[in-house]
Amino acid sequence: MRPSLAAKPDPQPVKIACRNLWKIYGPPLKRDLAPVPGADPEDFAQALRATGRIPALMDASFEVHEGEIFVIMGLSGSGKSTLIRCLTRLIDAEFGEVRLDGEDLMAAKPRDLINIRRHKMGMVFQNFGLMPHLNVLDNVAYPLKLQGLTRSKREARARQMISLVGLEGREDALPHRLSGGQQQRVGIARSLAVEPDLWFLDEPFSALDPMIRRQMQDEFLDLQRRLHKTIVFITHDIAEACRLADRIAILRSGRIIQIGTPADLLLRPADDYVAKFTADISPSSILRVGDIAEPGQDTTGAREVAGDLPVEALLADIATGTTNFSVMPAGKYGGGTLSAAHVLRILARQNDGTDGP
Amino acid sequence: MMSRFRLSGTALWSLTFFACLALVLLAPLLPWIAAFPRDLQLPLADWANLVLNPVFSTLQPLGRGFASGIDIPLRWLRDFLLFVPWPAFAFLLFLIALRTAGPGFAVFAMVTQIYIVGVGYWPQTMNTFAIVLLSLPPAILIGFALGAAGHRWPRLEGPLTALLDLMQTFPAFAYLIPLLIVFGFGPAAGMIASVIFSIPPMARNTIVGLREVPVVTLEAAVMSGATPTQLFWTAKLPAAARQLLVGVNQTTMASLSMVIIVAIIGGFNDIGWEVLSAMRSAELGRSLLAGVVIVALAVTLDRITRALATGSPNGVQLLPDRALVAVLGVVLCVAVVLRLALPGLDLLPPGVGFATAKALDAQLLDFVRWSDPFFSALRDALNYGVILPLRIGFAASASPMVWGFTLQPWMIAVYCIAIAGTALLLIRRPGWAFLALFAGLVCYTGLARFPWPCVMIIALLGAAQVRGLGLVAVVLIATLMILLSGMWQPFVQSLYLTAIAVSICVVTGGMIGIAAAENDRVSRIVRPINDTLQTLPQFVFLIPALMLFRVGEFTALIAIVLYAIVPPIRYLEHGLRGVPGHLTEAAVQMGANRWQLLRDVKLPLAGPAIRLGINQTIMYAISMLVIAALVGTRDLGQQVYVALGNANSGLGFVSGLSIALLAIIADRMLRKR
Repeated sequence: MRPSLAAKPDPQPVKIACRNLWKIYGPPLKRDLAPVPGADPEDFAQALRATGRIPALMDASFEVHEGEIFVIMGLSGSGKSTLIRCLTRLIDAEFGEVRLDGEDLMAAKPRDLINIRRHKMGMVFQNFGLMPHLNVLDNVAYPLKLQGLTRSKREARARQMISLVGLEGREDALPHRLSGGQQQRVGIARSLAVEPDLWFLDEPFSALDPMIRRQMQDEFLDLQRRLHKTIVFITHDIAEACRLADRIAILRSGRIIQIGTPADLLLRPADDYVAKFTADISPSSILRVGDIAEPGQDTTGAREVAGDLPVEALLADIATGTTNFSVMPAGKYGGGTLSAAHVLRILARQNDGTDGP
Repeated sequence: MMSRFRLSGTALWSLTFFACLALVLLAPLLPWIAAFPRDLQLPLADWANLVLNPVFSTLQPLGRGFASGIDIPLRWLRDFLLFVPWPAFAFLLFLIALRTAGPGFAVFAMVTQIYIVGVGYWPQTMNTFAIVLLSLPPAILIGFALGAAGHRWPRLEGPLTALLDLMQTFPAFAYLIPLLIVFGFGPAAGMIASVIFSIPPMARNTIVGLREVPVVTLEAAVMSGATPTQLFWTAKLPAAARQLLVGVNQTTMASLSMVIIVAIIGGFNDIGWEVLSAMRSAELGRSLLAGVVIVALAVTLDRITRALATGSPNGVQLLPDRALVAVLGVVLCVAVVLRLALPGLDLLPPGVGFATAKALDAQLLDFVRWSDPFFSALRDALNYGVILPLRIGFAASASPMVWGFTLQPWMIAVYCIAIAGTALLLIRRPGWAFLALFAGLVCYTGLARFPWPCVMIIALLGAAQVRGLGLVAVVLIATLMILLSGMWQPFVQSLYLTAIAVSICVVTGGMIGIAAAENDRVSRIVRPINDTLQTLPQFVFLIPALMLFRVGEFTALIAIVLYAIVPPIRYLEHGLRGVPGHLTEAAVQMGANRWQLLRDVKLPLAGPAIRLGINQTIMYAISMLVIAALVGTRDLGQQVYVALGNANSGLGFVSGLSIALLAIIADRMLRKR
């Protein structure tokens, strides 16, 4: 595999990380049944299955950096909900570790865990999880009420959040009176009410109509530009993952089979499974110029473009005869050179989707 | 794996059948097979008395103290309810009914109030209402606490469910005996019996409600930082509120039903007593008038509490709810003040009811006389055609006394061939084939003479196959207890009464249910009737049965059928209508006609609902056994009733436990895991 030009080491500190995480369903584990460090996880999984247990999550490891949008993507039954629930400790993993700000989250006592959830974590759910008996205002203020804030304080804060998601005027409505998109806005406002650093979103837009989904994705990106949260986002939709993610982890049958930027997945899929996923994605909108630039400083007569420009922005130039581009470093994207032929080759190869690099 | 199990099952059942056949054939030679030897019977009831009586007499001072303590608020509440002039009360009820169940029902409630006053049963109604009102808070609180505990500690749920089953199936008359001994004759014992009986629905609904709170709601609360206590009170409880209110509704109805039944204690001048004493002195008119009062009370309580639970769309909100409560309070206060100012003002018309009852009596007697040929014919047909043959068997029924001819050997041969032929026809479905064989065997000897070892073997084998060793143990304990205590014959009577009642209910109720599922108009007619039947206290069903058929086993059967016919109708309609539309569409598209659609698609898919319906029918029938004993049976229910009359705790305990175990076994057998 070629080293990615785009992936510069992320300077941000790690916010949450998990290492060798296992979640196992079925009969209680016996003491002698444990994964061997360094061994193939599949061996242990086989041992589990042979004894009637189901490994829902196998040996998951990754780090999420501050301010990053980390998307976990997989089909239903792939273990993505299990994974996010292990990270939040809504369920407890059998093996491995989860670290939040360097602290061992698995060892946190119930009281500490409650405090962490009250101040550091926010979560949005696929089916919204709104309290059916509370109106919009009380739903958003609910986490603050649990903390024991006075009514005036928590309502003031809740109103701020409601205006942040654009639901002013619906404060008194009960959840069942709202559309799906509105309900999820309430869910988002509630999860942000405690000003968490770490924001979990469990398929937040999957229950919405496609049009609404697209709009909510834009609003979500807009919010993130203002709030700079660390985000773990679950989805089963590869297009959504590519649109939103800084990095994506692909989960299949409980195992993470690739972690990388959307460009990594498109250009360098780890296996056919990933390649099949990305086959339907239009690469020209996902890839940035910096993702596909080649090393070199050949600037003669080349048109200068910024590295963070989407590749599709070059198509007009290519159509009018530009053959060489000089890529300027921008943001996390590096510089280099790029020929029109290379651009077209990449787009064509990706669109075939059959023969990966 | 599966097929081998089936094969061994078939072999086992074949073996059992031939064993039973042998026992039936041997019975005339070996008397201990036909009837459990008297020498082996044990005085279980006396032993139970030896243990129970000292316990009860130790508890007596405590119980009596408690009873007199309870009497004070009860008396106070009763006096208060009677002190408030009835128009004020009726107006309050009107407002509440209007807010909860809508204008139509408010008018109905008003009319029933006027009726109750008109027939002169206002004081009795208020007395009944006072006991219900006072027994509700403890029943609801205890039920809620038990349910919450069962939810909090899942390990408790199993034992708790068993306890609730026992509380609901153990005949009230049986635990009324110790209650009477401990708490003395009076409303306190009745109230406690009603609390015991009405706890289970609240507890069950609490467990279900808390369990079915959506996971996402809980996760959202936990991720919001809820402590376990906060999780319970701010998320689970509000989300389960509807189910809890359903529990309140069912608990209210159970409480009313039991308050009416325990009127048998007497001495509280309530409406149940009124019906009972009228029935005892064969005053049909009076029992009917009082019965209608009970129906009105039941329907009113049910509609209002149910509307609170489900939020009826008809409810009219004239005022904000707080203002409404204030208005209610003001009306009550004004009424009390008025009554204080004018002491003689009770506004009750004197002596109207009595005259009405007398007039009605005469008319009812005329009706009964006029309709007698028809109902007598019905009774005789069922008696000689179904009840008697099932009890004494084909062999004994075919006599000049019963069927008017003597049993000939060729008849036996025809009978055997018919049974064997049926079984052969059903050979592809071994379960049904065996059912036919065993039914043939039982119908030949009659349940009363069917050898007890056969019943035991069949029950044990069935229990082992359906549920495993736990149920086998229960069956073994139950059958041994019944045999040893010498209650085999009453037990068999119970068994066949239940069997006939359930068969009638399932066949007729099933047909009505199918009709209601296939035809919207039928459904619209049947539904409110079902609703009403299901809210009525068991006691009420005795009135028409007694009126038309007079005292006897057949009357008891009719009462049981009236009470237990609702579940098959309900569940069948529900199950058939619940078949997913795309499946029926697919079948219609493939060219199924209506009958094929019903037989091949709807009925099989409604299977679980049907099984649940039959299960409920059996539960209803068994719970009615004891009540029906009041009109004359010779079954376990009668044993309980006799025990109550003699204040024999031991006999009550043994016979009551037998009924409860019978119910629990039937329930477990039908509820597949």
